[in-house]
Amino acid sequence: MTHAEALPAWAALLTAFLVLVGASLTLIGAIGTLRFRTFFERVHAPTLGTSWGTGAIVLASSLLFSVLGSRLVFPELLIGVFVSITTPVTLMLLARATLYRERSEIASAAAPDLLEDPGDRPT
Amino acid sequence: MRNILPYPVLTAALTVVWMLLNSFSLGHLLLGAVVAAGASRAMTALEPSKPRLRRWQLIPWLCGIVLIDIAKSNFAVASVILRRRARSPGFVSIPLELRDQTGLAVLACIVTSTPGTAWVEYDSATGELLIHVLDLVERQEWIDLIKNRYEATLREIFE
Amino acid sequence: MSATILVWSVTIAQLMLVVAMACNTYRLIRGPRAQDRVLCLDALYVNAMLLVLTFGIRTGSSLYFEAALVISLLGFISTVAFAKFLMRGEVIE
Repeated sequence: MTHAEALPAWAALLTAFLVLVGASLTLIGAIGTLRFRTFFERVHAPTLGTSWGTGAIVLASSLLFSVLGSRLVFPELLIGVFVSITTPVTLMLLARATLYRERSEIASAAAPDLLEDPGDRPT
Repeated sequence: MRNILPYPVLTAALTVVWMLLNSFSLGHLLLGAVVAAGASRAMTALEPSKPRLRRWQLIPWLCGIVLIDIAKSNFAVASVILRRRARSPGFVSIPLELRDQTGLAVLACIVTSTPGTAWVEYDSATGELLIHVLDLVERQEWIDLIKNRYEATLREIFE
Repeated sequence: MSATILVWSVTIAQLMLVVAMACNTYRLIRGPRAQDRVLCLDALYVNAMLLVLTFGIRTGSSLYFEAALVISLLGFISTVAFAKFLMRGEVIE
Protein backbone atom coordinates (compact mmCIF):
# COMPACT_ATOMS: atom_id res chain seq x y z
CA MET A 1 0.00 0.00 0.00
CA THR A 2 2.51 2.63 -1.08
CA HIS A 3 -0.21 5.06 -2.15
CA ALA A 4 -1.50 5.29 1.44
CA GLU A 5 1.71 6.97 2.59
CA ALA A 6 1.19 9.71 0.02
CA LEU A 7 -2.15 10.62 1.60
CA PRO A 8 -2.49 13.46 4.11
CA ALA A 9 -3.58 12.26 7.56
CA TRP A 10 -7.08 13.77 7.47
CA ALA A 11 -7.89 12.10 4.14
CA ALA A 12 -6.61 8.71 5.31
CA LEU A 13 -8.59 8.89 8.56
CA LEU A 14 -11.78 10.07 6.83
CA THR A 15 -11.47 7.31 4.21
CA ALA A 16 -10.92 4.71 6.95
CA PHE A 17 -13.96 5.96 8.87
CA LEU A 18 -16.24 5.98 5.80
CA VAL A 19 -15.14 2.49 4.72
CA LEU A 20 -15.80 1.10 8.20
CA VAL A 21 -19.23 2.77 8.43
CA GLY A 22 -20.26 1.43 5.02
CA ALA A 23 -19.05 -2.09 5.70
CA SER A 24 -20.70 -2.29 9.13
CA LEU A 25 -24.05 -1.03 7.78
CA THR A 26 -23.87 -3.69 5.05
CA LEU A 27 -23.02 -6.37 7.62
CA ILE A 28 -25.94 -5.33 9.86
CA GLY A 29 -28.25 -5.53 6.84
CA ALA A 30 -27.00 -9.03 6.04
CA ILE A 31 -27.56 -10.11 9.67
CA GLY A 32 -31.07 -8.70 9.32
CA THR A 33 -31.82 -11.06 6.44
CA LEU A 34 -30.97 -13.93 8.79
CA ARG A 35 -32.97 -12.70 11.78
CA PHE A 36 -36.23 -11.61 10.21
CA ARG A 37 -38.96 -14.21 9.94
CA THR A 38 -41.11 -13.25 6.94
CA PHE A 39 -40.27 -12.12 3.42
CA PHE A 40 -41.79 -8.66 3.78
CA GLU A 41 -39.62 -8.01 6.83
CA ARG A 42 -36.55 -9.27 4.99
CA VAL A 43 -37.13 -6.80 2.14
CA HIS A 44 -36.08 -4.01 4.50
CA ALA A 45 -32.74 -5.52 5.48
CA PRO A 46 -30.64 -5.19 2.27
CA THR A 47 -31.64 -1.54 1.86
CA LEU A 48 -29.21 -0.72 4.69
CA GLY A 49 -26.37 -1.89 2.48
CA THR A 50 -27.70 -0.32 -0.68
CA SER A 51 -28.44 3.13 0.75
CA TRP A 52 -25.76 4.50 3.07
CA GLY A 53 -23.67 1.34 3.03
CA THR A 54 -22.92 1.81 -0.64
CA GLY A 55 -22.97 5.58 -0.23
CA ALA A 56 -20.23 5.61 2.41
CA ILE A 57 -17.89 3.24 0.55
CA VAL A 58 -18.41 5.09 -2.73
CA LEU A 59 -17.68 8.41 -0.98
CA ALA A 60 -14.53 6.91 0.57
CA SER A 61 -13.28 5.67 -2.79
CA SER A 62 -14.09 8.98 -4.46
CA LEU A 63 -12.31 10.92 -1.70
CA LEU A 64 -9.22 8.72 -1.89
CA PHE A 65 -8.79 9.03 -5.65
CA SER A 66 -9.58 12.76 -5.59
CA VAL A 67 -6.83 13.41 -3.02
CA LEU A 68 -4.36 11.04 -4.71
CA GLY A 69 -4.86 12.58 -8.14
CA SER A 70 -5.23 16.08 -6.60
CA ARG A 71 -8.26 16.65 -8.80
CA LEU A 72 -11.95 15.94 -8.37
CA VAL A 73 -12.93 12.52 -9.73
CA PHE A 74 -16.46 11.38 -9.34
CA PRO A 75 -16.91 8.23 -11.44
CA GLU A 76 -17.52 6.29 -8.21
CA LEU A 77 -20.49 8.51 -7.49
CA LEU A 78 -21.97 7.10 -10.71
CA ILE A 79 -22.12 3.70 -8.99
CA GLY A 80 -23.84 5.28 -5.99
CA VAL A 81 -26.47 6.97 -8.17
CA PHE A 82 -26.94 3.79 -10.21
CA VAL A 83 -27.41 1.55 -7.17
CA SER A 84 -29.79 3.98 -5.46
CA ILE A 85 -31.96 4.14 -8.59
CA THR A 86 -31.99 0.43 -9.43
CA THR A 87 -32.44 -1.12 -5.98
CA PRO A 88 -35.94 0.30 -5.44
CA VAL A 89 -36.96 -1.05 -8.85
CA THR A 90 -35.81 -4.60 -8.06
CA LEU A 91 -37.27 -4.56 -4.55
CA MET A 92 -40.61 -3.27 -5.82
CA LEU A 93 -40.76 -5.95 -8.51
CA LEU A 94 -39.91 -8.63 -5.93
CA ALA A 95 -42.54 -7.36 -3.47
CA ARG A 96 -45.19 -7.36 -6.18
CA ALA A 97 -44.17 -10.84 -7.35
CA THR A 98 -44.43 -12.10 -3.76
CA LEU A 99 -47.84 -10.51 -3.27
CA TYR A 100 -49.00 -12.06 -6.55
CA ARG A 101 -47.70 -15.51 -5.59
CA GLU A 102 -49.26 -15.39 -2.14
CA ARG A 103 -52.60 -14.29 -3.54
CA SER A 104 -52.66 -17.00 -6.19
CA GLU A 105 -51.74 -19.62 -3.57
CA ILE A 106 -54.71 -18.52 -1.48
CA ALA A 107 -56.88 -18.69 -4.59
CA SER A 108 -55.68 -22.19 -5.51
CA ALA A 109 -56.17 -23.38 -1.92
CA ALA A 110 -59.80 -22.26 -2.17
CA ALA A 111 -60.33 -24.02 -5.49
CA PRO A 112 -61.27 -27.52 -4.14
CA ASP A 113 -64.28 -26.00 -2.37
CA LEU A 114 -65.53 -24.68 -5.66
CA LEU A 115 -65.07 -28.04 -7.33
CA GLU A 116 -67.27 -29.85 -4.78
CA ASP A 117 -70.30 -27.88 -5.80
CA PRO A 118 -70.08 -27.27 -9.55
CA GLY A 119 -73.44 -25.54 -9.62
CA ASP A 120 -72.16 -22.42 -7.87
CA ARG A 121 -68.90 -22.19 -9.74
CA PRO A 122 -68.43 -18.76 -11.30
CA THR A 123 -67.69 -18.93 -14.98
CA MET B 1 -34.81 23.20 -31.59
CA ARG B 2 -37.54 20.75 -30.56
CA ASN B 3 -36.77 18.58 -33.57
CA ILE B 4 -33.01 18.50 -33.09
CA LEU B 5 -32.96 18.04 -29.32
CA PRO B 6 -36.27 16.54 -28.18
CA TYR B 7 -35.06 15.84 -24.63
CA PRO B 8 -32.52 18.50 -23.59
CA VAL B 9 -32.22 17.35 -19.96
CA LEU B 10 -31.61 13.74 -21.01
CA THR B 11 -28.99 14.86 -23.53
CA ALA B 12 -27.18 16.92 -20.90
CA ALA B 13 -27.28 14.06 -18.37
CA LEU B 14 -25.91 11.56 -20.91
CA THR B 15 -23.09 13.95 -21.82
CA VAL B 16 -22.14 14.31 -18.15
CA VAL B 17 -22.17 10.50 -17.68
CA TRP B 18 -19.97 10.10 -20.78
CA MET B 19 -17.46 12.57 -19.40
CA LEU B 20 -17.50 10.97 -15.94
CA LEU B 21 -16.71 7.58 -17.49
CA ASN B 22 -13.92 8.97 -19.67
CA SER B 23 -12.41 12.30 -18.71
CA PHE B 24 -13.23 15.97 -18.63
CA SER B 25 -11.75 17.35 -21.83
CA LEU B 26 -12.99 19.25 -24.85
CA GLY B 27 -12.70 16.21 -27.13
CA HIS B 28 -14.80 14.04 -24.82
CA LEU B 29 -17.32 16.87 -24.41
CA LEU B 30 -17.85 16.99 -28.20
CA LEU B 31 -17.90 13.21 -28.65
CA GLY B 32 -20.20 12.75 -25.66
CA ALA B 33 -22.56 15.46 -26.91
CA VAL B 34 -22.85 13.77 -30.31
CA VAL B 35 -23.53 10.34 -28.75
CA ALA B 36 -26.02 11.83 -26.26
CA ALA B 37 -27.87 13.74 -28.99
CA GLY B 38 -28.16 10.54 -31.04
CA ALA B 39 -29.35 8.52 -28.04
CA SER B 40 -31.96 11.07 -27.03
CA ARG B 41 -33.26 11.21 -30.63
CA ALA B 42 -33.60 7.43 -30.44
CA MET B 43 -35.69 7.95 -27.28
CA THR B 44 -38.41 9.60 -29.38
CA ALA B 45 -39.16 6.20 -30.93
CA LEU B 46 -40.20 5.01 -27.44
CA GLU B 47 -42.48 8.05 -27.01
CA PRO B 48 -42.10 8.42 -23.24
CA SER B 49 -44.46 10.83 -21.50
CA LYS B 50 -42.67 14.11 -21.09
CA PRO B 51 -42.56 15.20 -17.45
CA ARG B 52 -43.24 18.85 -16.76
CA LEU B 53 -41.10 20.35 -14.02
CA ARG B 54 -43.14 23.12 -12.54
CA ARG B 55 -40.91 24.12 -9.65
CA TRP B 56 -37.50 22.57 -10.17
CA GLN B 57 -36.00 24.80 -7.43
CA LEU B 58 -37.45 22.39 -4.86
CA ILE B 59 -35.48 19.38 -6.18
CA PRO B 60 -32.23 20.03 -4.18
CA TRP B 61 -34.30 20.57 -1.04
CA LEU B 62 -36.16 17.29 -1.61
CA CYS B 63 -32.84 15.45 -2.20
CA GLY B 64 -31.51 16.88 1.06
CA ILE B 65 -34.43 15.81 3.25
CA VAL B 66 -34.50 12.36 1.59
CA LEU B 67 -30.79 11.81 2.30
CA ILE B 68 -31.25 12.84 5.94
CA ASP B 69 -34.36 10.68 6.34
CA ILE B 70 -32.55 7.68 4.85
CA ALA B 71 -29.65 8.19 7.25
CA LYS B 72 -32.06 8.40 10.21
CA SER B 73 -33.96 5.27 9.26
CA ASN B 74 -30.65 3.47 8.65
CA PHE B 75 -29.92 3.94 12.34
CA ALA B 76 -33.48 2.97 13.33
CA VAL B 77 -33.43 -0.27 11.33
CA ALA B 78 -29.88 -1.09 12.48
CA SER B 79 -30.97 -0.79 16.12
CA VAL B 80 -34.03 -2.96 15.42
CA ILE B 81 -31.77 -5.66 13.95
CA LEU B 82 -29.05 -5.51 16.59
CA ARG B 83 -31.14 -5.25 19.76
CA ARG B 84 -33.74 -7.86 18.68
CA ARG B 85 -36.29 -5.34 19.88
CA ALA B 86 -39.91 -6.43 19.72
CA ARG B 87 -41.35 -4.98 16.54
CA SER B 88 -44.72 -4.88 14.91
CA PRO B 89 -44.40 -5.08 11.13
CA GLY B 90 -47.48 -4.37 9.07
CA PHE B 91 -49.07 -3.01 5.92
CA VAL B 92 -50.31 0.57 5.70
CA SER B 93 -52.69 1.72 3.02
CA ILE B 94 -52.44 5.38 2.00
CA PRO B 95 -54.78 7.29 -0.30
CA LEU B 96 -52.64 9.36 -2.68
CA GLU B 97 -53.63 12.45 -4.62
CA LEU B 98 -50.46 12.54 -6.70
CA ARG B 99 -51.30 11.39 -10.25
CA ASP B 100 -48.24 12.40 -12.27
CA GLN B 101 -46.38 9.30 -13.51
CA THR B 102 -42.90 10.71 -12.93
CA GLY B 103 -43.85 11.96 -9.47
CA LEU B 104 -45.17 8.51 -8.54
CA ALA B 105 -41.96 6.90 -9.80
CA VAL B 106 -39.86 9.26 -7.68
CA LEU B 107 -42.08 8.61 -4.64
CA ALA B 108 -41.69 4.85 -5.17
CA CYS B 109 -37.91 5.20 -5.26
CA ILE B 110 -37.89 7.31 -2.09
CA VAL B 111 -40.18 4.96 -0.16
CA THR B 112 -38.35 1.78 -1.18
CA SER B 113 -34.81 3.04 -0.78
CA THR B 114 -35.58 4.17 2.77
CA PRO B 115 -34.89 1.24 5.11
CA GLY B 116 -38.00 0.44 7.10
CA THR B 117 -40.55 1.18 4.40
CA ALA B 118 -41.21 -0.72 1.17
CA TRP B 119 -43.57 0.11 -1.68
CA VAL B 120 -45.76 -2.93 -2.33
CA GLU B 121 -48.66 -2.01 -4.58
CA TYR B 122 -50.28 1.01 -6.18
CA ASP B 123 -53.77 0.99 -7.63
CA SER B 124 -53.89 3.64 -10.35
CA ALA B 125 -57.71 3.53 -10.54
CA THR B 126 -58.33 4.49 -6.91
CA GLY B 127 -54.94 6.05 -6.09
CA GLU B 128 -54.57 3.67 -3.15
CA LEU B 129 -50.97 2.89 -2.17
CA LEU B 130 -49.96 -0.11 -0.08
CA ILE B 131 -46.63 0.07 1.77
CA HIS B 132 -45.02 -2.32 4.23
CA VAL B 133 -43.51 -0.82 7.37
CA LEU B 134 -40.98 -2.69 9.50
CA ASP B 135 -41.68 -0.99 12.82
CA LEU B 136 -45.31 0.06 12.77
CA VAL B 137 -46.05 1.86 16.01
CA GLU B 138 -48.44 4.61 14.98
CA ARG B 139 -50.24 4.07 11.67
CA GLN B 140 -51.27 7.71 11.30
CA GLU B 141 -47.67 8.84 11.74
CA TRP B 142 -46.55 6.98 8.61
CA ILE B 143 -49.51 8.26 6.59
CA ASP B 144 -48.65 11.82 7.64
CA LEU B 145 -44.98 11.29 6.81
CA ILE B 146 -45.66 10.11 3.25
CA LYS B 147 -48.44 12.59 2.56
CA ASN B 148 -47.09 15.77 4.12
CA ARG B 149 -43.36 15.35 3.75
CA TYR B 150 -42.97 13.75 0.33
CA GLU B 151 -46.26 13.85 -1.55
CA ALA B 152 -46.88 17.55 -0.97
CA THR B 153 -43.39 18.45 -2.25
CA LEU B 154 -43.67 16.14 -5.26
CA ARG B 155 -47.04 17.62 -6.18
CA GLU B 156 -45.52 21.09 -6.04
CA ILE B 157 -42.69 19.99 -8.31
CA PHE B 158 -44.60 17.97 -10.89
CA GLU B 159 -48.24 19.11 -10.94
CA MET C 1 0.59 6.20 11.26
CA SER C 2 -2.54 7.23 9.41
CA ALA C 3 -1.56 4.92 6.54
CA THR C 4 -1.46 1.98 8.98
CA ILE C 5 -4.91 2.90 10.27
CA LEU C 6 -6.22 3.03 6.70
CA VAL C 7 -4.73 -0.39 5.87
CA TRP C 8 -6.20 -1.97 8.98
CA SER C 9 -9.65 -0.44 8.60
CA VAL C 10 -9.84 -1.52 4.96
CA THR C 11 -8.87 -5.05 6.03
CA ILE C 12 -11.54 -5.06 8.75
CA ALA C 13 -14.11 -3.69 6.30
CA GLN C 14 -13.27 -6.44 3.82
CA LEU C 15 -13.71 -9.07 6.52
CA MET C 16 -17.10 -7.56 7.42
CA LEU C 17 -18.19 -7.62 3.80
CA VAL C 18 -17.12 -11.26 3.47
CA VAL C 19 -19.14 -12.16 6.59
CA ALA C 20 -22.10 -10.25 5.12
CA MET C 21 -21.77 -12.27 1.91
CA ALA C 22 -21.68 -15.47 3.97
CA CYS C 23 -24.93 -14.45 5.72
CA ASN C 24 -26.54 -13.78 2.35
CA THR C 25 -25.31 -17.10 0.98
CA TYR C 26 -26.75 -18.94 3.99
CA ARG C 27 -30.15 -17.36 3.36
CA LEU C 28 -29.76 -18.08 -0.36
CA ILE C 29 -29.33 -21.79 0.37
CA ARG C 30 -31.92 -22.04 3.15
CA GLY C 31 -34.69 -20.27 1.30
CA PRO C 32 -37.45 -20.90 2.38
CA ARG C 33 -39.16 -19.49 -0.71
CA ALA C 34 -37.91 -18.53 -4.15
CA GLN C 35 -38.43 -14.81 -3.47
CA ASP C 36 -36.13 -14.94 -0.42
CA ARG C 37 -33.43 -16.49 -2.58
CA VAL C 38 -33.74 -13.84 -5.28
CA LEU C 39 -33.65 -11.09 -2.64
CA CYS C 40 -30.44 -12.51 -1.18
CA LEU C 41 -28.90 -12.97 -4.61
CA ASP C 42 -29.47 -9.25 -5.21
CA ALA C 43 -27.88 -8.38 -1.84
CA LEU C 44 -24.98 -10.71 -2.70
CA TYR C 45 -24.37 -8.81 -5.94
CA VAL C 46 -24.30 -5.47 -4.11
CA ASN C 47 -21.95 -6.80 -1.42
CA ALA C 48 -19.60 -8.27 -4.02
CA MET C 49 -19.57 -4.91 -5.78
CA LEU C 50 -18.67 -3.16 -2.50
CA LEU C 51 -15.89 -5.70 -1.87
CA VAL C 52 -14.41 -4.95 -5.31
CA LEU C 53 -14.55 -1.22 -4.49
CA THR C 54 -12.66 -1.77 -1.22
CA PHE C 55 -9.99 -3.67 -3.20
CA GLY C 56 -9.73 -0.56 -5.35
CA ILE C 57 -9.18 1.55 -2.21
CA ARG C 58 -6.58 -0.94 -0.97
CA THR C 59 -4.48 -1.03 -4.12
CA GLY C 60 -5.08 2.52 -5.29
CA SER C 61 -5.89 1.27 -8.77
CA SER C 62 -8.93 2.75 -10.49
CA LEU C 63 -9.39 -0.33 -12.70
CA TYR C 64 -11.54 -1.97 -10.01
CA PHE C 65 -14.14 0.72 -10.51
CA GLU C 66 -15.03 -0.58 -13.98
CA ALA C 67 -15.47 -4.11 -12.63
CA ALA C 68 -17.74 -2.78 -9.86
CA LEU C 69 -19.87 -0.94 -12.41
CA VAL C 70 -20.27 -4.08 -14.53
CA ILE C 71 -21.19 -6.17 -11.46
CA SER C 72 -23.86 -3.71 -10.38
CA LEU C 73 -25.31 -3.57 -13.92
CA LEU C 74 -25.47 -7.37 -14.19
CA GLY C 75 -26.97 -7.64 -10.70
CA PHE C 76 -29.78 -5.26 -11.57
CA ILE C 77 -30.65 -6.97 -14.86
CA SER C 78 -30.59 -10.48 -13.43
CA THR C 79 -32.73 -9.60 -10.42
CA VAL C 80 -35.32 -7.90 -12.63
CA ALA C 81 -35.40 -11.00 -14.85
CA PHE C 82 -35.83 -13.27 -11.80
CA ALA C 83 -38.62 -11.12 -10.39
CA LYS C 84 -40.44 -11.20 -13.72
CA PHE C 85 -39.99 -14.98 -13.84
CA LEU C 86 -41.47 -15.37 -10.35
CA MET C 87 -44.47 -13.34 -11.39
CA ARG C 88 -45.25 -15.00 -14.70
CA GLY C 89 -43.16 -18.10 -15.32
CA GLU C 90 -43.62 -20.47 -12.45
CA VAL C 91 -46.47 -22.89 -12.02
CA ILE C 92 -47.92 -22.34 -8.56
CA GLU C 93 -47.24 -25.40 -6.47
